[in-house]
Amino acid sequence: MTEPALLSVKNVSVDLPTPRGNLRAVDQIDLNIGAGRTLGIVGESGCGKTMLSRAILQLLPKKAKLSGRVMFDGQDLVRLDPERLRKLRGRSLAVVFQDPMTSLNPVLTIGTQLIETLQEHLELDSVAAKWRSVELLGAVGIPAPQQRLMQYPHQLSGGMRQRVAIAIALSCEPKLLIADEPTTALDVTIQAQILDLLAREQRRRHMAMILITHDLGVVAGRTDDVAVMYAGRVVERAPTPVLFKKMHMPYTEALLAAIPKIDAAPHAPLPAISGRPPDPTRPIQGCSFSPRCRYAAGRCYREKPLLAASESPDHQYACFHPIQVTAGVCA
Amino acid sequence: MMQETQQSQRDPLLKVQNLVVEYAVGGKTVHAVSDVSLQVARGETLGLVGESGCGKSTLGCAVLQLSQAVSGRVLFDGHDLTAMHGDTLRRMRQRVQLIFQDPIASLNPRRRIGEIIAEPLVISGVKDPKKRQKLVCEVLSAVGLDPSLVIGRLPHEFSGGQCQRICIARALVLNPEFIICDEPVSALDVSIRAQILNLLEDMKARFGLTLLFIAHDLAVVKAVSDRVAVMYLGRLCEVGPSEQLFAHPAHPYTALLIEAIPVPDPDVRPAESVPVGEPPSPIAPPSGCRFRTRCPRADQRCIDEVPELRPVAPDQYVACHHPLIAAG
Repeated sequence: MTEPALLSVKNVSVDLPTPRGNLRAVDQIDLNIGAGRTLGIVGESGCGKTMLSRAILQLLPKKAKLSGRVMFDGQDLVRLDPERLRKLRGRSLAVVFQDPMTSLNPVLTIGTQLIETLQEHLELDSVAAKWRSVELLGAVGIPAPQQRLMQYPHQLSGGMRQRVAIAIALSCEPKLLIADEPTTALDVTIQAQILDLLAREQRRRHMAMILITHDLGVVAGRTDDVAVMYAGRVVERAPTPVLFKKMHMPYTEALLAAIPKIDAAPHAPLPAISGRPPDPTRPIQGCSFSPRCRYAAGRCYREKPLLAASESPDHQYACFHPIQVTAGVCA
Repeated sequence: MMQETQQSQRDPLLKVQNLVVEYAVGGKTVHAVSDVSLQVARGETLGLVGESGCGKSTLGCAVLQLSQAVSGRVLFDGHDLTAMHGDTLRRMRQRVQLIFQDPIASLNPRRRIGEIIAEPLVISGVKDPKKRQKLVCEVLSAVGLDPSLVIGRLPHEFSGGQCQRICIARALVLNPEFIICDEPVSALDVSIRAQILNLLEDMKARFGLTLLFIAHDLAVVKAVSDRVAVMYLGRLCEVGPSEQLFAHPAHPYTALLIEAIPVPDPDVRPAESVPVGEPPSPIAPPSGCRFRTRCPRADQRCIDEVPELRPVAPDQYVACHHPLIAAG
């Protein structure tokens, strides 16, 4: 990345107090994303990907403790006063959540929700805001936008609701859009449409996007860079084509292998990852993937591998026994 | 009628004939399953795919007589389940079991795992507690859980993947011949999903099961199925051997579904999705072919005439006036 990062997450950790003890949901994460770029964050449930996005948005639960810095467009969001933060969110920092039914207000019409956002942030008068709402709904592929303004969320299908949520997110021309599992609640044919819509609008607006998903397939064709998360940490990070061609982290390899492939023969056994992710309230000494890793040996059980660069500075991984590494360059 | 044409040569364990299931909702009728015929041969896995609301789960429930059919027949091993009631039906159901999507919701949170798995045995009249205990332990070991660690615990102490193993154990404990798996892995993470799919395959081989595998994910269905049936808005679009159906889909809807799967390979640029809109409501399905409102090939005939299921290739049947492969 040549231009300075639009968003830069520096040494961010999130701790949540639970009855069973402290839960470290996000563990010392560093990430950068440049203007107009797309970063995919991939991981299984409980890996901390959603907590990370909440930490960026400063929307963590009240009891959560956040440390580190979140630099966005030259400001540290962690230390920004609430009023300025509120002005920033929705304006230049927008978000689309997984479930459009819970992210839209069920007792307000689509129109009210869109117009409210536009009036709040862009100070448009009601006529201009309404006109712009119709335009936005049209842009996200909603037929008969004029009539839709009068409808309530429950009158729309899941796919249409997600389009409305995207329209609201895009309404103020944000610089960064965080899409947290935007298609997980939708059917495959609708998923493809929504992902295309996001990609199209992103290109058109030169907007940066963080696409959070559990599906490596979703990330493959639609992101510039990918960060793979496991147990609260980024375990591998690389430009998307590099990651898929030459992954170094055994977890990434195992995750990719475990996905049923459409071109595989029926009844071919899947290379499953044995065991399950560790309990985040009981941190594991050493590499958190070591109990499930087939390459794990002595050192992996004692020491936590740090995220370090491989032969190219763009490609980082946290592993003592990386795969597909040509020379013995591992840290 | 069409069901006679799609007989596979093998001995069918389950035969669904012209099944119609409808629900009344607020004075309107939901056409959940409309005139569906299919069959599953002994030892085979039939995958049933379709988007949400297409009627695939209703079909699964209707096989077990958990939802009432308006018309049509369900023949299990030659016996018509739709004509059975009370005890006879209950005895028949011991041979057909069900695994649901949400493993945590399908276990009673207040009962211990040992009791949960023994319950089907109690209902089916295994009176000796020692014998029940022995069967429970056997089946738990079979699904890869340690009985001594599991029996006394409650469902909330287990992860989603382990709960699904427990559900599978409960389904297996009566030694059934047929299992309906309704989205058994869609609530699970990728790494756990592969474990459960492999487990189902192992159990199928070990206990000689026949499966009806319902899912919305085509890649998952392909991984386990011998044949695949595609449903859209209550009707069957296409049935065929997995490999044939994925390599040469005959129905435009099957092709659309296959195209929509995200491929985990950055070199495969996702094809720009055709803006084909969303499925219409099953309360007022389109006339003729139900897919016509989203189909690039639709014409007047598709509006006027309901396409019948007919053969296009060996063992492959399609309900389309303009199939993507010519009839053979």
